[in-house]
Amino acid sequence: MKERESLTLLEIARLIDWLKSRGMSDTDAVDCIRYIASGNQPDSESENKDKEKERSAMDFHLTNEQLMLRKMYREFAENEVKPLAEEVDETEEFPMETVKKMAKLGMMGIYFPKEYGGAGGDVLSYAMCVEELAKVCGTTAVIVSAHTSLCCAPIFEHGTEAQKQKYLPDLLSGRKIGAFGLTEPNAGTDASGQQYVLNGSKCFITNGNVADTFVVFAMTDKSKGNRGISAFIVEKAFPGFSTGKHEKKMGIRGSSTCDLIFEDCIVPKENLLGKEGRGFKIAMQTLDGGRIGIAAQALGLGEGAIDEAIKYTKERVQFGRRLSQFQNTQFQLADMHTRMQAAQYLVYAAAQKKQLHEDYSIDASMAKLFAAEAASDVTRRAVQLFGGYGYTREYPVERMMRDAKITEIYEGTSEVQRMVIASRLGVK
Amino acid sequence: MKIIVSIKQVPDTSGKVAVNDDGTLDRASMQTITNPDDMNALEAALKVKDATGCKVIVVTMGPAPAAGMLREALAMGADEAVLVSGREFGGSDTYATSQILAAAINTIGVEKDDIVMCGRQAIDGDTAQVGPQIAEKLHLPQVTYAADIQKDGDCITVRRMLEDGYMTIKVKTPCLITCIKELNTPRYMSVSGVFEAYSKPLTTYDYEALKDDPLIDKTTIGLKGSPTNILTSFTPPQKGAGQMLEGDGKETCEKLAGILASKHII
Repeated sequence: MKERESLTLLEIARLIDWLKSRGMSDTDAVDCIRYIASGNQPDSESENKDKEKERSAMDFHLTNEQLMLRKMYREFAENEVKPLAEEVDETEEFPMETVKKMAKLGMMGIYFPKEYGGAGGDVLSYAMCVEELAKVCGTTAVIVSAHTSLCCAPIFEHGTEAQKQKYLPDLLSGRKIGAFGLTEPNAGTDASGQQYVLNGSKCFITNGNVADTFVVFAMTDKSKGNRGISAFIVEKAFPGFSTGKHEKKMGIRGSSTCDLIFEDCIVPKENLLGKEGRGFKIAMQTLDGGRIGIAAQALGLGEGAIDEAIKYTKERVQFGRRLSQFQNTQFQLADMHTRMQAAQYLVYAAAQKKQLHEDYSIDASMAKLFAAEAASDVTRRAVQLFGGYGYTREYPVERMMRDAKITEIYEGTSEVQRMVIASRLGVK
Repeated sequence: MKIIVSIKQVPDTSGKVAVNDDGTLDRASMQTITNPDDMNALEAALKVKDATGCKVIVVTMGPAPAAGMLREALAMGADEAVLVSGREFGGSDTYATSQILAAAINTIGVEKDDIVMCGRQAIDGDTAQVGPQIAEKLHLPQVTYAADIQKDGDCITVRRMLEDGYMTIKVKTPCLITCIKELNTPRYMSVSGVFEAYSKPLTTYDYEALKDDPLIDKTTIGLKGSPTNILTSFTPPQKGAGQMLEGDGKETCEKLAGILASKHII
């Protein structure tokens, strides 16, 4: 999404089709395009809410702040993250120093209000941060994504004022790292007096070994099924809480992934997040937001692989010509870019909708499904364009390909996204 | 106390350098950046702000798009920005530019505790003349090539980096300091800084705003007031990549001697 002066006829036609596919009448769709093409920018309060929504659904222009942030993220990623990406992958060491630097710049609490220690930004600015980090390092991107979407967001959205005041300043300033643990079949809870006692374990917890604060889900009433699940804020220091070994993974190898173990873990009653029995809803809402982060990670990985492939194919000479001069290379890169550009529109639209508190569940699922599958395809094609060198660790594209695969799996597999989308379409 | 930092938007010469037919830089076709040495000056000012809470004002002369660069300086932590922009100022060389910037700094006001900071030189002209000329026109003591700055009350100790060594100078405020890259590493914009940048004051000084300053005269600003004439501009031929030999043993020395001998250098 670049700043642009005008829309081409083809773009207008496509936009009208897209608007119509979303239930808008022909006349409304044309009016909407006219509104955007005229370059009208609402002067905030004078605009009515409907018009604001109409604009937001279609306005792909970035604000001055977003453009400036993108520049800042890029400089940071290029100077501070990219030089370490290979080492982080090779050693599987969590990049704690990078996290501290990001914390100092406000990147661990981008879209939360300043009153809780956030940077006062917006959801799209957060998605762009994850995207730019993922262009050079999938590991660093997921650290920000899991911390922000899966721990800070549920506390901010469902926490009491006391919980927000207690936990958010440390999390949003990055002094502490957050993680998220969803219910396992055998996890259970007993309530006794002023506390809950958690037992069981959770697996594949991103940021697990480095986090201080966890949003955890456990059964408080097994007889009620999903309505018997509750959410809790758990601190690393709570008695009975421990973490398991670091999982050795195919990609995002520097990110911490481990089991959480609860052995008569005592959680004070004031750490119940939301109401008892509302945990499943909190978890689903949290995952909707998390999907925007993972979709942005996938988007960045694909874009990063394209950047590398363009650079390489313009330098590498085969049969007396640069690889970029072969039509196959040109067509491959054109297809790769088109896929990632489409992914970017989906990711940004989902982020905008979340920002405006619209229903974005299906948008987040579509963004994650499409961006993840596009990233896997694009990174694989990038390796192919590099040939034998692409298969070696001398170049970053094989790492990007390994990193991209997980985006089709975690925070809801592609199959789960298809279930969500189909269900929202009423296809049963 | 306040620090006024003079910064400049320059073409990014790390990319392709484009030159117009008349020998001037084709700025429109090149990416722009904030002049690197000016970023060191801004960082030095922000460090003093971190320690003392003083105000930092950035000032630049340039066309309207230079406001974007000023917003970035505000996002890094500067408090206010001044854009000096007007048709009358176009085509100024270093003499006329320093005349206009000095007038702008006069208008902002330099008081007893204040410091003016500049980068040593801009990468588009490499003259290193504007900072010292501003100091002369404002009758301020100046210290150039600052590689370290220590402030103690109204006394500033500056370590100058020269070609053949260092020189330490003590100077009292108000003064002007030009900064080099060895001084510090400029900070990044912060996320909250970016969101605050557009609500911080950015004032534009045009010719009307500065015309009553004694330094401003139509014969001393713009193209008319610029004694410099550019005869020609060109992109110098690229140097070939150097060859690095690693190691400190006899074998490496022999290898080096062999290469030099084969090229008839020794």
